Amino acid sequence: MATTAQFRTCPDTGFRIHLAADKLIKWNAVTAVVFLLVGGLFGLLVALTRWPAVHLLPADLFYLALTAHGLDVLLVWIIFFEIAVLYFACSILLNSRLAAPKVAWLAYWLMLVGAVMTNIAVLRGDSSVMFTSYVPMQAAPDFYLGIILFAVGALFACFVFFGTLVIAKQEKTYEGSVPLVTFGALTAAIIAVFTIAAGAIILVPTLFWSLGYISNIDTLMYKVVWWGMGHSSQQINVAAHIAVWYALAAILFGAKPLSEKVSRGAFLLYILFLQLASAHHLLVEPGLAAEYKIFNTSYALYLAVLASMIHGLTVPGSIEAAQRKKGLTKGLYEWLRKAPWSNPSFSGLALSIIMFGFLGGISGVMMGTEQLNLITHNTTYVPGHFHATVVTGTTLAFMALAYWLVPVLWQRELVLPGLAKWQPYLFGIGMGLVSLFLMGAGTLGVPRRHWDMAFSDAAITHDFPAAAFLMMGLNGVAALIATLGGVIFILNMVGTILWGKKKEAAPAPQAAPEPQPAAAAGAYGGAGTMAVPGTFVLALVFLAAFVLYYFVNWKYLASVWGLS
Amino acid sequence: MAEQEPGATGTTGPAAGSGGQGEEPIPFMQQVLDSPFLLLFIGVTMPTVFYILWGVINITSIPLAN
Ligand SMILES: [Cu+2]
Repeated sequence: MATTAQFRTCPDTGFRIHLAADKLIKWNAVTAVVFLLVGGLFGLLVALTRWPAVHLLPADLFYLALTAHGLDVLLVWIIFFEIAVLYFACSILLNSRLAAPKVAWLAYWLMLVGAVMTNIAVLRGDSSVMFTSYVPMQAAPDFYLGIILFAVGALFACFVFFGTLVIAKQEKTYEGSVPLVTFGALTAAIIAVFTIAAGAIILVPTLFWSLGYISNIDTLMYKVVWWGMGHSSQQINVAAHIAVWYALAAILFGAKPLSEKVSRGAFLLYILFLQLASAHHLLVEPGLAAEYKIFNTSYALYLAVLASMIHGLTVPGSIEAAQRKKGLTKGLYEWLRKAPWSNPSFSGLALSIIMFGFLGGISGVMMGTEQLNLITHNTTYVPGHFHATVVTGTTLAFMALAYWLVPVLWQRELVLPGLAKWQPYLFGIGMGLVSLFLMGAGTLGVPRRHWDMAFSDAAITHDFPAAAFLMMGLNGVAALIATLGGVIFILNMVGTILWGKKKEAAPAPQAAPEPQPAAAAGAYGGAGTMAVPGTFVLALVFLAAFVLYYFVNWKYLASVWGLS
Repeated sequence: MAEQEPGATGTTGPAAGSGGQGEEPIPFMQQVLDSPFLLLFIGVTMPTVFYILWGVINITSIPLAN
């Protein structure tokens, strides 16, 4: 296997970049962004339809748009970008060539063909079964086939990742343990393998059912196995975006994790327990035992939540430690005040951490509790929760990374640096409000996936309080703000790639405070300090909010459920 | 916080065989964390057993209506 892998040295970061990996990372990332645009615009159509005063689309198109939105952003955008992150973490960070670039290209094309095939099926209008595609609703065969091809492609990409770990070790391109960012990416890849296997196990028979070769698929069986994919795929995101958090902290500040041991232990908790939380989608299914539900969504999940809280503490903690080392030691928060808030990579990271924790994390634990789940099951609270995790958490973190990665890989300057400063705030706060309004309306009982909350042509109706209508309207306004932020991001990325000014040789990375801190992302070793008082105070604020919100919901449950 | 941080001061991991002056054995947990395929096995087995198999057993043990 005498390979003549070709490398270039990145003038900004000093990374040695395998040219084949470089190209693959670029294509996967660009494709991801294109699907973010398509899926995001479908999302806007959904929000505008659920805005009672606008009620944009007729029912059939609403469900079409909802299906396309879910698929394109939840699956296609995120997984394409994750593949780019995996290749980055295993090849660039490990100084290694990428294993089997041809397989990686096969993976890319399978994913692309699959994604396009499923999109065509949806746009044709005969497969508006929504992202979950619950049987006995039936989509056209190419809908399922497209997802299967996409999943097989993603699986091949995971093999390339694992293969690269093997050759990097064999060829001794790094010493000791892999960097923490790579370890986080490994966690994501492991979860991805289970996700894809679960998807194949259920979607292959469903495809045959759609073709008429199988007469019946048990609905509950479908739900159990499907959520092995549907939920776990969102846990790939969590693991990947937390790896991105660590990477950004290192890139922006040269930050080292407070403790390698603790952070890796937290990722191990993800590997062990995170995927079991899939059962929270089944909390109201009568066919499953309470032990099954409670073990998976409470006992096991809490260990995964513990891991998230560890990451939520240690990423800002590592930034605080790095900033204090540079002399920003005044009071609790000089390090935070003097952080580069106008650098979109930093503001995106900061908003991602805050909103993932406060909005996504707390609401997730609440909903994952079997009893409390009854308050919000199948209401807009659910999309409210996962827009906080997947959009303000994952998507915002990926955007923050892209602001650094795209100029570095393409060696071009951002075309709209002024707008880029505002973009994470527009997008992040817009989506944060979307989450809050959806959760608010959900708490008032507004059902998710419903075309018309006014029930104007329904036989059985229900009057929601005026506040619920108001919140769905505000949700529409917030979605417009977020869309503006999303469009600015995409314009900036596509514009930079196509027309960005070529960088001169060896310029300093624009907004980063130090010349080459990016190398810290590829290094091993903790910060060697726990003296991060500001972060600990923030953590206590978080815990107080958590406890309070949890308690309020038990109180609320007691009042909605009149037993006396 | 009296715990020892491996690699807290150095730039390479403690597992680096070359150049380290100590013959310190690699701790068990670190060996686990350095084995991607062991982790892959654990990460696939756990949810397969506790989530999928247990769930399927639950469903198949529902009595059929006559
Ligand atoms: Cu879930």
